[in-house]
Amino acid sequence: MKQSKINTNQLRAVLTKQERPEPPNPLYAITTFSWRALLKIKRHPEQLLDVAALPILFLLMFTYLFGGAIAGSSREYLQFILPGILVQTVTQITMYTGMDLNKDIQKGFFDRLRTLPIWLPSSLLGSLLVDSFRYLIASTVMVSFSLLLGFRPQGGVVGVISAIALILVFCFSLSWVWNTLALLMRSEQSLMMLSMMVIFPLTFLSSAFVDPTTMPTFLENVVKYNPVSILVDAVRGLMHGNVELANIGLVFLSSVIIIIIFAPLTLFLYRRRK
Amino acid sequence: MYAIKAKKLKKTYGDFTAVNGIDLTVKKGSIFAFLGPNGAGKTTTIRMLATLIKPDQGEASLFGYDLIKQSKAVRQRISLTGQYASIDEALTGQENLILIARLLGFSVGKAKQRASELLESFGLDDAAKRQVKTYSGGMRRRLDIAASLIVTPELLFLDEPTTGLDPRSRSQVWQVVQALAEAGTTILLTTQYLEEADQLADHIAVINKGRIVAEGTAAQLKSSLGSGVLTLQLANQADLMHARSLLAGNQDIEKITDAKEGELRIKLKQPQIATQLLVELGQAGIKVPEFSLGQPSLDEVFLALTEER
Repeated sequence: MKQSKINTNQLRAVLTKQERPEPPNPLYAITTFSWRALLKIKRHPEQLLDVAALPILFLLMFTYLFGGAIAGSSREYLQFILPGILVQTVTQITMYTGMDLNKDIQKGFFDRLRTLPIWLPSSLLGSLLVDSFRYLIASTVMVSFSLLLGFRPQGGVVGVISAIALILVFCFSLSWVWNTLALLMRSEQSLMMLSMMVIFPLTFLSSAFVDPTTMPTFLENVVKYNPVSILVDAVRGLMHGNVELANIGLVFLSSVIIIIIFAPLTLFLYRRRK
Repeated sequence: MYAIKAKKLKKTYGDFTAVNGIDLTVKKGSIFAFLGPNGAGKTTTIRMLATLIKPDQGEASLFGYDLIKQSKAVRQRISLTGQYASIDEALTGQENLILIARLLGFSVGKAKQRASELLESFGLDDAAKRQVKTYSGGMRRRLDIAASLIVTPELLFLDEPTTGLDPRSRSQVWQVVQALAEAGTTILLTTQYLEEADQLADHIAVINKGRIVAEGTAAQLKSSLGSGVLTLQLANQADLMHARSLLAGNQDIEKITDAKEGELRIKLKQPQIATQLLVELGQAGIKVPEFSLGQPSLDEVFLALTEER
């Protein structure tokens, strides 16, 4: 191998170039960050396996483990549970958004970003864009697989596609929660712990797996106002063709509320982080 | 013209005072070194001056722009290479530089061009298409510095640029720093190594427990500790013991230390008395095959300055 050497003359020439471009516009910065996130997927394609394999595993487990007990038959339970488990698995992988940000902070990459003349949120938005792509893959894989298992959505193609779109909207808003937590926690492990403590109750204490009317009154109320339940109900409605418009409106409302609270909080912490 | 002027900078974290009133002037185009042990406040000072953290007290201006009120103008002129490489390990060296270049506003084509120019002049062109996590410490450091130079800054902060590097990588980083200074960039670096400050810096500030305890050129710092040091190489252990006892009561000597085997370091109150001592030793029949009179090493200066103050 050729010995790597510093070329001093060339270095001097490179350094005396005084080119200082105009700061990039937000859109250009966002696409640049998306490019970075895509490169990471290219390097670690197993990340995609994660978002594709885990949902299938969950789907199989729940359908065949609980199906008979809860709904009488696996096939019937599948009709009920697919929308629920789709929401649960996809919302769970949104957690990784925070992990990535936390890693950037720990590794010092974040410091470099803060000295750049960019609109700060563009780094978050750029990776969220690519994350949405991952959620889309996860959703597609899961729906296709469940069709093979015997899932028959009454809402048809339009219903299924709009259901997935609705999930993406909600996941985008939920990502801000993870970003906030990522900026608050010092280490990746503690972030992981905290995120788990948020995501498990959030997804399990919902209408994803069982009908809330079978629960004790107190729990039923908790479940009813859980934004994940609202999303599950809307997704279920869209897929089976019996959605109430008010329900979809509620999903948008809760997404907006989450963003209103957590996006400014994230940006505030992002700016003042030492 | 000054690159940095700072007055009474202070930063506390809870009960701990990291930086306790630092005054600083750095001349434009010079290499300035902060020298101090771990936890002396070097990094905190540098991060304050690089607009990454806000000082609790004090004020500073860089190139005439106020650090706090005009932080955007300051940020456009500076670049920071931190203690830990701020690059993305999952990407290749080339991708890292393209990424930063694009975020600085270069078009995709220009970013690629700038990246390859830098990779080549930093001796990284062979490794350009490898993921950074396969890089050695020295390569990472060079890439990190290269990333700080995509747009040539007027002032570059280097926080412990050679900590943990092997001697060859270290001298490569030194080459870069010198080339940069020649190209007109002001450099403020921190280091724990006296040799590094001695080699590179025009001006050194010794920092300990959040305060500057001494300041000046390397020569000034050395002479501030006084006089000179006479190093004697003695023929054998018996002569060494003899010489030691002979010189023990001498009023002109500040301190005698055993340096290496068969070697005595004698700190003199005045350098002139060195000849006198050598004559005295000769008369007592002690052979001194080798001797040297020099200034104290920066190591000695450093230890003297940072010891219990």
